[in-house]
Amino acid sequence: MRHHLILRVITKLLVGTIFLFALYVQFHGDYSPGGGFQAGVIMAAGFIIYGLVFTLDKAQQVFPPWLVHKLIALGVLLYAGTGIYSLFAGYAYLDYAALDPHHPEHGQHYGILIVELGVGITVTAVMVAVYYAFASRAPILSDEDW
Amino acid sequence: MDAVDVAFTEAAVGAGISTVLMLGTLALTARSERSSSRSSFVPLLAVLVTGAALVYGTLDMPSFGQSDAPAQTHVGPDYLERIPHEVGVPNAVTAILASYRGYDTLGETAVVFAAGIGVLMLISGLRTRRRKEEDDPDTGGSA
Repeated sequence: MRHHLILRVITKLLVGTIFLFALYVQFHGDYSPGGGFQAGVIMAAGFIIYGLVFTLDKAQQVFPPWLVHKLIALGVLLYAGTGIYSLFAGYAYLDYAALDPHHPEHGQHYGILIVELGVGITVTAVMVAVYYAFASRAPILSDEDW
Repeated sequence: MDAVDVAFTEAAVGAGISTVLMLGTLALTARSERSSSRSSFVPLLAVLVTGAALVYGTLDMPSFGQSDAPAQTHVGPDYLERIPHEVGVPNAVTAILASYRGYDTLGETAVVFAAGIGVLMLISGLRTRRRKEEDDPDTGGSA
């Protein structure tokens, strides 16, 4: 795809902005619309547009498949682990007050941030993994057939 | 509660991911469909019965935007009243999703996880198996 100059320049400009927006949606989810699911999809879209324009190999150099596969599980573990931590701290499962027993409200805040981060990691990794799985299979049609 | 969050998700998924996956599938599949010899009567019946059941199910639902629907009369106001002093997060949707409905969201994340693993097993597994099949004749030929 060396010849798509405009696409490459625009993508270079956009990818950073997309990641920044994803992080904003992720960590500002308590105050504005957004959260882990939305941020995960936006983050994945950033990697996917990079892969579409600069070939799959380049995208996999940035975000290697083995890391993606580990992150799929890490997000769920982070979420479930928060619940198990609150069990050990003497609270009910997923009762975020356990994270800051003196200020239960702050605990809720931390809990929501951690849990949303877990959701975001899993959603990003699943979306990117699905894209890799589809894109890394050899297409039946060559470029000329289109 | 005007759940902008949901609209946001749909927009991101619809604009960002679905198109790419659709194109990916198009590139992977052949252009013409193989003709089927089986009759389509049973599948058609199954679809009609399921559709009719779903439509029947919606008849009992309160009409769209109705102000005295159960969700508007006690569940919604109750949450809106509790959230400021129990959770202290301005976005009520996030507070309900992550805190009051933490179990559901954990389940939802597990579903995303399971779906991802399923797709990986279906698609990537096939690729390695094919590669092995391609490799086998080569090694057999050289030996």
